[in-house]
Amino acid sequence: MVLRRVTAEHLARLGLALVVVALPLGLAGAWVHAHTSQSATIVHARVSEDGGWLPGTLRARVEIPLQLQLVSDDVVHGFAIGRSGAPPVDLPPGQLVETTLTFSEPGTYTFYCTRWCGPAHWRMRGVIEVAGVQGQTASEPEPLYLSLGIDIDAPHPAAAVPALRPSASRAEALGVDLPEGNRSRQDFIRRSPAETWQSLRSDPSGAPLSDAQVWDLVARLWRSTTTAEALAEGRALYAQNCAACHGEAGAGDGVMASSVPPAGEALSVGAHLSGPADFTESSTLLGASSALLQGKILRGGMGTGMPYWGPILTEAQIWALTDYLWTFQFEE
Amino acid sequence: MTRIDLGRIPVVRALLVSRGPQLVLQLAALAGLSLVIVSGLLGTPVGNRNPATVLVWIAWWAALMIVAVPLFGRLWCSICPLALPGEWLQRGAIHRPRGPGRGLSLRWPPRLRGMWTQNAAFVLVALFSLPVLTQPRLTAILLAGLVLLAIAISLVFERRTFCRYLCPVGGFIGLYSQAALLELRVRDPRVCAQHKTKTCYSGSTAGYGCPWMAFPASLKTNVSCGLCLECLRTCPLDNVAINLRPIGTDLQKPTRVGLDEAFKSLLLVGSALVYVLVLLGPWSNLRTAAASVGSMPWVTYSAGFLLVTLIALPGLFHLATRLGTPNGSPPLAGWGVFRAFAPALIPLGLGAWAAFSLGLVLANASTILPAISDPLGLGWDILGTSAAAWTPLGGSLGAWPMVVLVLAGLTWTSRRVRAVAEDLGGGVRMAVPVWGFSLLLASGFLWSFVA
Repeated sequence: MVLRRVTAEHLARLGLALVVVALPLGLAGAWVHAHTSQSATIVHARVSEDGGWLPGTLRARVEIPLQLQLVSDDVVHGFAIGRSGAPPVDLPPGQLVETTLTFSEPGTYTFYCTRWCGPAHWRMRGVIEVAGVQGQTASEPEPLYLSLGIDIDAPHPAAAVPALRPSASRAEALGVDLPEGNRSRQDFIRRSPAETWQSLRSDPSGAPLSDAQVWDLVARLWRSTTTAEALAEGRALYAQNCAACHGEAGAGDGVMASSVPPAGEALSVGAHLSGPADFTESSTLLGASSALLQGKILRGGMGTGMPYWGPILTEAQIWALTDYLWTFQFEE
Repeated sequence: MTRIDLGRIPVVRALLVSRGPQLVLQLAALAGLSLVIVSGLLGTPVGNRNPATVLVWIAWWAALMIVAVPLFGRLWCSICPLALPGEWLQRGAIHRPRGPGRGLSLRWPPRLRGMWTQNAAFVLVALFSLPVLTQPRLTAILLAGLVLLAIAISLVFERRTFCRYLCPVGGFIGLYSQAALLELRVRDPRVCAQHKTKTCYSGSTAGYGCPWMAFPASLKTNVSCGLCLECLRTCPLDNVAINLRPIGTDLQKPTRVGLDEAFKSLLLVGSALVYVLVLLGPWSNLRTAAASVGSMPWVTYSAGFLLVTLIALPGLFHLATRLGTPNGSPPLAGWGVFRAFAPALIPLGLGAWAAFSLGLVLANASTILPAISDPLGLGWDILGTSAAAWTPLGGSLGAWPMVVLVLAGLTWTSRRVRAVAEDLGGGVRMAVPVWGFSLLLASGFLWSFVA
């Protein structure tokens, strides 16, 4: 009888040890193993206010796969590498998502959140420092706005604005050839539409045309120097990255317009934060060149909450975006 | 009323008297608690992906409020893992009695007996409940803290002092267990009166004296019986019954409960109303305030919570119980009428809590399996359900299940109000203001569920 009682107590204690010691220790051991394993790096995603990407800096070597285990600790985030064609990976809250990256060139790559996760969404960025030997890839040329010496922080009022929304198709119907110096893409992107209009207006060949018709020629120049594919890509990029602040119709009235925190110089000098630019406002947009817009997109700031997109978008993507921005002023 | 004594069925009695089945359930509950604490501390902070929040506040809470309490009363308390480590340390044994236990076995101070300390503990937890409900780590810390507190209390005070006087959930379950189908009572009080050693209270080699410090022969309601079944084991006269009874038997007879228990009825139904308004209402600022512990908005929310649950609703109820008194002279002095009417609110409170819990579980039940399948957020898929999508249940039913529960509670409460009013000699005139109060409360619940 005594033996049976002791045995029951021992069994009970064994069971207790299993559930309050072995089970927690086993789980904790698995957790420690997962977090100390060298096979993959766990990266936590949190809204910027709570830390953003943790860790925010990753290290890799050229041609050696970097295995990442990504997990969102709060809301839905997205993970993508800037200036790469790789599709973004969605990170549902609490679910571990694995991805492997391989870099062919050394350098510093930016990874960023692709989902509007909060007011400071755009600050949710990290870097991957890839070490190794430089390959044959040519270094990128200096951005056009820098080589042109454009001050992207300076006001750029348009010297002239159209009374009627300029239309590329109306210009086609005119049957007028664009004069030399106002035909190429370089002609268009280096000067503001207002400057182009003044150039065309002062050209003797345009003397018979009305001011509105000259504006139509400006629209035609824009449309003839881009492609439908570029405009489609620009539209998609705008919808994904810009519309939240600048508004779907470009009027600067996006849902996040009032909640984007200050950035760049506006933050450092405590300057009054301006709202997002209104692309439907002719008096300012038509005074900006595509090259100037390129600079604004690349660098951001300008006393607004505008993020810097240089590490995220490729040069072609930025040009596609600037081309698309003109649709807020011109008709195709 | 008809009762079925389950103890008369040999197989059932054997299962109840044997410690084995109960111990298995207790260890299973402890395993669940271990999982909850570890996953809460180490797993994902995402509330609907972590077993800590999902198992505790969705699965367990809903099972408790919708099934366990209405049907089985305090049965959960008999396997509750919060108190078990302390109880086993106190006893120096897990299975059967093995001589004198450990600890000081002091008696709980008489001035602190009753439900006031439990009421205070409930309010304290309630103030922090929104972040606790949504943050796994806080859930784990709360539960681990309660286990440690229970251990400390068990080593200083006698028996289950923690459960009886301090557990914030214990008073909650106890109050609503009066509606349950299950009860533990003695078969013949005269047998107990003649039994000299009272082993049900003092214990024997067969089992422990009542851990809840209750004398079974004096049990009139389920409030203070933890259904631990020790008295079933220690009674040498086979005089303890586990009865199946009509639902709500304890509430059928008008009784004047203590002010602490009366206040508990108001506190619980009032806090249900606040929870429903905060969590289901359209005021996101209110939710944010309730979640921002330590901030000024949270202080304001807390002050509002205390005002509503401790002053406004009890005050309004007190007024309602007085309004219908004939010639302005209440049939009972002091808080007597308040104490007499308060138990009538239990059905409405239970209905509201069940409705609130049902809403939660219908919306979030689909998060349970994914959370268990990957308890630490390490990409595991133990059950193959890790990637299961969130799918709200019962969407086609709308708010009707919740409405039905609240209306059932209101109907039952209304009948009890009428019975109490008759018992006090006040008739319909005395019942009307309390009906109005109940209707006002029910309207708040219904508005939240429907609108």
